[in-house]
Amino acid sequence: MAMLEVQNVHAYYGKIHALKNVSLKIEKGEIVTLIGGNGAGKSTTLRTISGLLKPREGAILLNGENLADYKAHQIVTKGITQVPEGRRIFGQLTVTENLDMGAFICRDKKLIAENVERIFEMFPRLNERRKQVAGTLSGGEQQMLAMGRALMSNPEILLLDEPSMGLAPVLVDAVFETIQKLHAAGTTILLVEQNARMALQVASRGYVIQTGEVVLHDVADSLLNNDMVRKSYMGEN
Amino acid sequence: MFQKWKDRIDVTDIVMWLIGLTLLSLVLWGSISTLRAGLYTGRHWVDFLIFGLAQGSIYALIATGYTMVYGVLKMINFAHGEVFMSGPFTAYFVAIALWQSDFLDNYPIIGLMIIFLSSMAVSTTIAYFLEKIAYRPLRGAPRLIPLITAIGASFFLQYLFLGLYGSGIQAYPDMEILTGFWMVAGVRILRIQVVVIIASVLLMVALYSFIMLTRVGKAIRAVSEDKEAAALMGISVDGMISTTFVIGGMAAGAAGVLYALMYKQVYFFMGFIPGLKAFTAAVLGGIGNIPGAMLGGLFLGLIESVGPSLFLDGLGIVAPYQLKDAIAFTMLVMVLIFRPTGIMGERLSAKKA
Repeated sequence: MAMLEVQNVHAYYGKIHALKNVSLKIEKGEIVTLIGGNGAGKSTTLRTISGLLKPREGAILLNGENLADYKAHQIVTKGITQVPEGRRIFGQLTVTENLDMGAFICRDKKLIAENVERIFEMFPRLNERRKQVAGTLSGGEQQMLAMGRALMSNPEILLLDEPSMGLAPVLVDAVFETIQKLHAAGTTILLVEQNARMALQVASRGYVIQTGEVVLHDVADSLLNNDMVRKSYMGEN
Repeated sequence: MFQKWKDRIDVTDIVMWLIGLTLLSLVLWGSISTLRAGLYTGRHWVDFLIFGLAQGSIYALIATGYTMVYGVLKMINFAHGEVFMSGPFTAYFVAIALWQSDFLDNYPIIGLMIIFLSSMAVSTTIAYFLEKIAYRPLRGAPRLIPLITAIGASFFLQYLFLGLYGSGIQAYPDMEILTGFWMVAGVRILRIQVVVIIASVLLMVALYSFIMLTRVGKAIRAVSEDKEAAALMGISVDGMISTTFVIGGMAAGAAGVLYALMYKQVYFFMGFIPGLKAFTAAVLGGIGNIPGAMLGGLFLGLIESVGPSLFLDGLGIVAPYQLKDAIAFTMLVMVLIFRPTGIMGERLSAKKA
């Protein structure tokens, strides 16, 4: 049984049919990537998994349990945490307070303190700025904070929405290194990216989504060599 | 260069600046002539100041309710004045019962505690259900709709309490420990005013510490900034909004008893004017900003108490104190025109950027 299973999901924004019969499967310990153009429905898929948007049809199963009746904040307690697009850190809270909010579902103070130390080890820059208000961090630091904040809840599955967006190339590399580190540590990851090449290099499998429909699904290596993917998403002729 | 400058300024701006300047010069002229005429001595000014602080700290407590709700919902809860009224109006019956049984005279501190707690309990309950029944179903509706609902809820609560307790003005019982005055450095200070100021400051410190230091307080600030991101962190957005109303209700309930003890009277319409004033204070301080609301409240109280005699007496106005509400609301209009973000507004504009 797959760890996370999206089954024939249809989702709407008002009258706009945003997801049409989307199905995905993610096995434990995998990195799966979802690639597609602007407005294809990548973020919408993640929003639906996280419960911010409820599917009108279809089901989302985590370890076989249907998530339909849970609200967004309850889905976090089930083990799915999302790093939203554009980072969305709490700009007026300090770095430590942001991390503390990431662990909101956790009541064990010792565990929270351990997690904070773990995150600071992973991102030493954040440690240097722990008392700083998060809105004053640079874009790269904010991305680290957003990922660190999500990891504070010890998620079984991490949903990453465009983690490389708006970052300098050297920082993009750092983000992908972090993703590989997390994978090595056993975290299951669903990665949404416009940077298809890098995403497929770290992922084991990939789904291609166009105008709300999954049009292609294969192992990452085949997608990297697929003509359509190369043309549409890697800028090759 | 000059052409560009001319293009950017239109007639409305000029009229607004003229109105502003006229008011400013009136205020200056009035103040100078009042001071030169020597109508009031130093002791009078100290009296005005202390009364202003007492009045202002009550405004400040109510204003925190407006500003916190604006923070999480981006909506003005116009029924907050009625949340403020419901507590002390209900606690009046508790106070009278305690007074008639001589409990209030024998154990004044415990008696006051009971009155405070019952008022806060009622205001909190009203605030909680107000959000749950009137505002929660409208989450996600265009912003005008909850605003209209708030005005409707305000009327509903006024007439609910009119129906429950009658239309008469009820007098809070006199308490010996709160009457009389203390002499401090040769200045006579009314006890009740000192009690009001100290109690309000303690409550504001408690409220601010709660928001800044506790996890729930941080979560409320997180929800104010970004509801979706907060939900993605496992924070119950609805839960935090309820908590915000509960805290605002507690502050309003406590402020209500202080108000009732100072003015000795409660009735179903008592929340209207203080509610508007506290809203003015919240805008003055920069809506959404908690320290701003507190400062705005104190500032408004001071201006209302010092302003009429300072600005208006010298202009030869016969009954300057009748114009204190006019001063308060003129200030609201001036702030909205010249500094829409309020006194502590920088942070708010930074948040939106």
